[in-house]
Amino acid sequence: MAAVQETIDRVRSIDVDQYKYGFITDIESEKAPKGLNEDIIRFISAKKNEPEWMLEWRLEAYRRWLTMTEPTWARVEYPKIDFNDIYYYAAPKSAPGPKSLDEVDPELLRTYEKLGIPLREQEILAGVEPKSRVAVDAVFDSVSVVTTFKEELKKAGVIFCSISEALREHPELVRKYIGSVVPVTDNFYATLNSAVFTDGSFVYVPEGVRCPMELSTYFRINEKNTGQFERTLIIAEKGAYVSYLEGCTAPQRDENQLHAAVVELIALDDAEIKYSTVQNWFPGDKEGKGGIYNFVTKRGDCRGKNSKISWTQVETGSAITWKYPSCILRGDNSRGEFYSIAVSNGYQQIDSGTKMIHLGKNTSSRIISKGISAGKSQNTYRGLVSAHRKASNARNFTQCDSLLIGQDCGAHTVPYIESKNATAVFEHEATTSKISDDQMFYCQQRGLSDEEAVALIVNGFVKDVIQQLPMEFAVEAQKLISISLEGSVG
Amino acid sequence: MLEIKNLHARIAEDGTEILRGIDLVVKPGEVHAIMGPNGSGKSTLSYILAGKDDYEVTEGDIVYNGQSLLDLAPDERAAAGVFLAFQYPIEIPGVATMTFLKTALNAQRKARGEDELSTPEFMKRVKEKSAELQITMDMLKRPLNVGFSGGEKKRAEILQMALLQPSLCVLDETDSGLDIDALKVVSDGVNRLRGPDRSFVVITHYQRLLDHIVPDVVHVLSKGRIVKTGGPELALELEQKGYADFVDAAA
Ligand SMILES: Nc1ncnc2c1ncn2[C@@H]1O[C@H](COP(=O)(O)OP(=O)(O)OP(=O)(O)O)[C@@H](O)[C@H]1O
Ligand SMILES: [Mg+2]
Repeated sequence: MAAVQETIDRVRSIDVDQYKYGFITDIESEKAPKGLNEDIIRFISAKKNEPEWMLEWRLEAYRRWLTMTEPTWARVEYPKIDFNDIYYYAAPKSAPGPKSLDEVDPELLRTYEKLGIPLREQEILAGVEPKSRVAVDAVFDSVSVVTTFKEELKKAGVIFCSISEALREHPELVRKYIGSVVPVTDNFYATLNSAVFTDGSFVYVPEGVRCPMELSTYFRINEKNTGQFERTLIIAEKGAYVSYLEGCTAPQRDENQLHAAVVELIALDDAEIKYSTVQNWFPGDKEGKGGIYNFVTKRGDCRGKNSKISWTQVETGSAITWKYPSCILRGDNSRGEFYSIAVSNGYQQIDSGTKMIHLGKNTSSRIISKGISAGKSQNTYRGLVSAHRKASNARNFTQCDSLLIGQDCGAHTVPYIESKNATAVFEHEATTSKISDDQMFYCQQRGLSDEEAVALIVNGFVKDVIQQLPMEFAVEAQKLISISLEGSVG
Repeated sequence: MLEIKNLHARIAEDGTEILRGIDLVVKPGEVHAIMGPNGSGKSTLSYILAGKDDYEVTEGDIVYNGQSLLDLAPDERAAAGVFLAFQYPIEIPGVATMTFLKTALNAQRKARGEDELSTPEFMKRVKEKSAELQITMDMLKRPLNVGFSGGEKKRAEILQMALLQPSLCVLDETDSGLDIDALKVVSDGVNRLRGPDRSFVVITHYQRLLDHIVPDVVHVLSKGRIVKTGGPELALELEQKGYADFVDAAA
């Protein structure tokens, strides 16, 4: 398998704890003063020329947030975050908002080039391999710097732009849907996000339209001591289909950086949204210093009948991950899926999983979670499957597999099941395994090195989930997983 | 050429001595059969040749083509041409057999400084060797050894051997679990690989394998020592009399 070979080459070519995306872009940026108060929120809202109602919405969230306390139920430990020691807004000076590619600061273009993110449409089109095209929204610190393929998408009726732009150009759509899946009061981090969110993507696919290409947003945190609070809103009207991919990286810094996103998906009758994430925020160095604190609320609402939402995530980065992409199965016959690969190494801590809330009749859900722990990391799957009174014939199948590499890491599975309807059928399977010495020896006997053997066995372990990723990203994800596990054997 | 000199080895974990002074010389082109009662140390010897770290060599040496194998990691030994067909092949869930074959072949080629094989060339070779061993393409799409029948596992081992083209092939009870027809197919596969530059160490309990793969030399291993060495007729003798005579000799 070529992917395995390339992985190994890349693993070999980098130092033990060198994070490939750890470089810093030297660019002048404009920041709001450090700390959080109503003036900062007014500043952010003004910067973005938002409508008045949006500012009010933010302020209300902020006031609510002041009354809330951080959740402590997750199996993660970290020093208390000083929310006044963070910059809530940072933007490259040269880029006050998304514009045409020619106007984007060349330093930013080089950054995305280095990250391997194609921003030039013609380059993508002229690509040697006939690969399918992907439209990209690039978010750098607090602002979207460019969105590609907008014109072409517009022809199909698809709106794909930054949320800031959507607030200006399509305020009625944003107003109708924002906060309708993740209410402002949902949880500490979601409420904070509602108050201070800076940018993110907005997608609207009109009735009966199949989005003609993959959409993706690429998030990059560059500035020091800066939080990234992204807000993404995706709406698929009746019979629409869209596949969306989110990628993230951050420079290697000694301090921890905060990332608290909210993603809301709405699928109406017969619509389908496929949301994939490849999360590779800086995980901290091998002593556990630095890294991103990733507190994310992602939720999809299968609002219409026969609608479908599927989350696929490959989580390899972040010092702390707190993330439960969920589905509310409201429409009759709707379906939710969650496919996850969570890799932890070094001192990373992951507490992640999903919630499948069955409300409608004949709703079904499927959860496949693959956790891989190495080093001194802790990796927890936390999931809730519930059937409400009217959810007759609700079906869920959950499979949680954990793979341990080494002696000093931990894997934990915390499934919650609640059923208020006697016709609901929930199945749960869980396994924990180790890469056995016999498997390692067998692979080595055939000529594979330690690292190649681990990469191969792990790629086998996660195969069911990798298959769910859009083709273009599957190989990338495999490489990423192997790189993340580098140094975990021997 | 393989030279095993006064090899003593014990189980790393608890220090139990398993091999107690083995001497064996296998010249290029030769086929040596090793027979012996259950628990006499045959598989242990094969593991130690391949470099499994469950065992510690306490005395003696294994020299292959002038170089001590004891200094090499298992994957380096593989790249140097050592192949072990396992008595109990290991399952690798989720990894298609085809993927495994390609990864292994390219890993060895790379270790030897050769280029990766192109996919069409690789496929050509796999198809040819699988056909010879009556292995279907469907089976190659399945995860390696997972749910394979006993006989399928053994055939898959020989397929790997045929593709990797090792110079020293150690076969540990490859005949066990094979039906009569499969035994013939697998033996033919092994015989096709025989040549002046390739040596074989064939571990077996039964003459029926040696009917097909005719050895040059037969050894009897008992309690960690080679207690008798002879020609092909020795195996026939064992078949009739059992091990009683030799085992006593070793005690
Ligand atoms: N890793 C190990 N731990 C404990 N005991 C071991 C280990 N490996 C081998 N032994 C023991 O060493 C002895 C030799 O085992 P080995 O598998 O080499 O025998 P064998 O000659 O291959 O037998 P068979 O004909 O049954 O395959 C046996 O008593 C076995 O239980
Ligand atoms: Mg044996």
